[in-house]
Amino acid sequence: MKRHLLESADLDRADATLVLDTAAQIDQALAGREVKKLPTLRGRTVVNLFYEDSTRTRISFELAAKRLSADVINFSAKGSSVSKGESLKDTALTLEAMGSDAIVVRHSASGAPHRLAHWVQGSVVNAGDGTHEHPTQALLDAYTIRRRLGRLDGVRVVVVGDVLHSRVARSNVWLLTTLGAEVTLVAPPTLLPVGVGSWPVTVSYDLDAVLPKADVVMMLRVQLERMTASFFPSAREYSRRYGLDAVRMAALGDDAIVMHPGPMNRGMEIAADVADSVRSTIVEQVGNGVSVRMAVLYLLLGGNA
Amino acid sequence: MASSTEPAPGQAAPAALLAPADVARVVDRMAHQLIEKAGDALADLVLVGIPTRGAPLARRLAARVEAFSGARVDTGTVDITLYRDDLRLRGVRALEDTVLPPAGIDGRLVVLVDDVLFSGRSVRAALDALRDLGRPRAVQLAVLVDRGHRELPIRADYVGKNVPTSRAQTVRVHLTETDGTDEVLVTEGAA
Repeated sequence: MKRHLLESADLDRADATLVLDTAAQIDQALAGREVKKLPTLRGRTVVNLFYEDSTRTRISFELAAKRLSADVINFSAKGSSVSKGESLKDTALTLEAMGSDAIVVRHSASGAPHRLAHWVQGSVVNAGDGTHEHPTQALLDAYTIRRRLGRLDGVRVVVVGDVLHSRVARSNVWLLTTLGAEVTLVAPPTLLPVGVGSWPVTVSYDLDAVLPKADVVMMLRVQLERMTASFFPSAREYSRRYGLDAVRMAALGDDAIVMHPGPMNRGMEIAADVADSVRSTIVEQVGNGVSVRMAVLYLLLGGNA
Repeated sequence: MASSTEPAPGQAAPAALLAPADVARVVDRMAHQLIEKAGDALADLVLVGIPTRGAPLARRLAARVEAFSGARVDTGTVDITLYRDDLRLRGVRALEDTVLPPAGIDGRLVVLVDDVLFSGRSVRAALDALRDLGRPRAVQLAVLVDRGHRELPIRADYVGKNVPTSRAQTVRVHLTETDGTDEVLVTEGAA
């Protein structure tokens, strides 16, 4: 393993498999226990440095670090010296001077975690940077798929929606490909990035055509906060062509699962009855996120730091 | 870490301390001792192996106890990696299985099983792990080989073989389940 986890490409197949296996062992070790805590990172400090709003990722990282007995500092840009104009670099150096061993960073600027990694001594974990990557989300998605389907090699994953703005899609494309899955992207042409032709994926504009062969359907959130131009005519039209409703779900194979990284726009990209169906792994993904992040923190911080 | 100062003369074949038949005999004897010492508590007995080689050893011991006493014996494994005190010295490593019997370990007689007892640090880590997993009535320790050099106040209740060693030596246990053969080797020089 490298010292930082900045993007899915930091993980080769062996590393990615090690993270998933470690998460599985942690899950097994903690299952049914009264004391859901391990002493592994006692005396280590993890800082959650969040420049963007987040519910599940921040809480998930906080819980993961606490279950490994690390001390956790939550820092959100709101209400801090950032509003007085302190730069990312000075903020990070300040935190490190106080003794942080790892920084989990979320930032609206793509590449911010990479810059950070050059400035600090400790490990940096990317918890989502702009429209670039969100590697731990991809790891928990891969973990969820492996748990449900028993394998990743040769699994056909269809990623549907706003690929252009989605760091989840980017991280998943690279990680799932590394792990041997076949990824198909489905989106309106306006919501696909320019360089998609060079990605190791198949591209389709027709959701109904790809659903019958899919093992996994991963719905992406329509990111209204990043919709600065008219990428599609109306929400209704988007929903009709690219939303997953009960009728479309019926076209899926018997064992196929439906995933969503959250937060969902119910009724937009995913119908409420689909989100709550037995195929849906949405709640499971959240639970798996804690185990996977524990595995990442253990592997980055457990040994020589 | 201790290292051997004398050169290995022509890499002499390591002395086999226990051959396959010896290992089987030692395990049988430990099973008899377990039965005798547990007495009425035999029904509550859980043999918990410390991976890697403690795990198959615990299953073997359980099988022998069952064969000699007729009582069913639960087994489990407890991975101690996340409880080790030398992670920072030796780096992270892959985790192994932690599996407890469905009935759990609360109020039962837990016997930890490991292949070699050396510094005692693995056993300490296992005791910490057990504390998070439940509250056994009592915890005992069974090891195939006790090679001395304890660094903590820990001793075994059941010992297959006491082996006086120097710190510079390495004791290696091989089991069919993990290594294809049963034997205990003592070699000069640190592992």
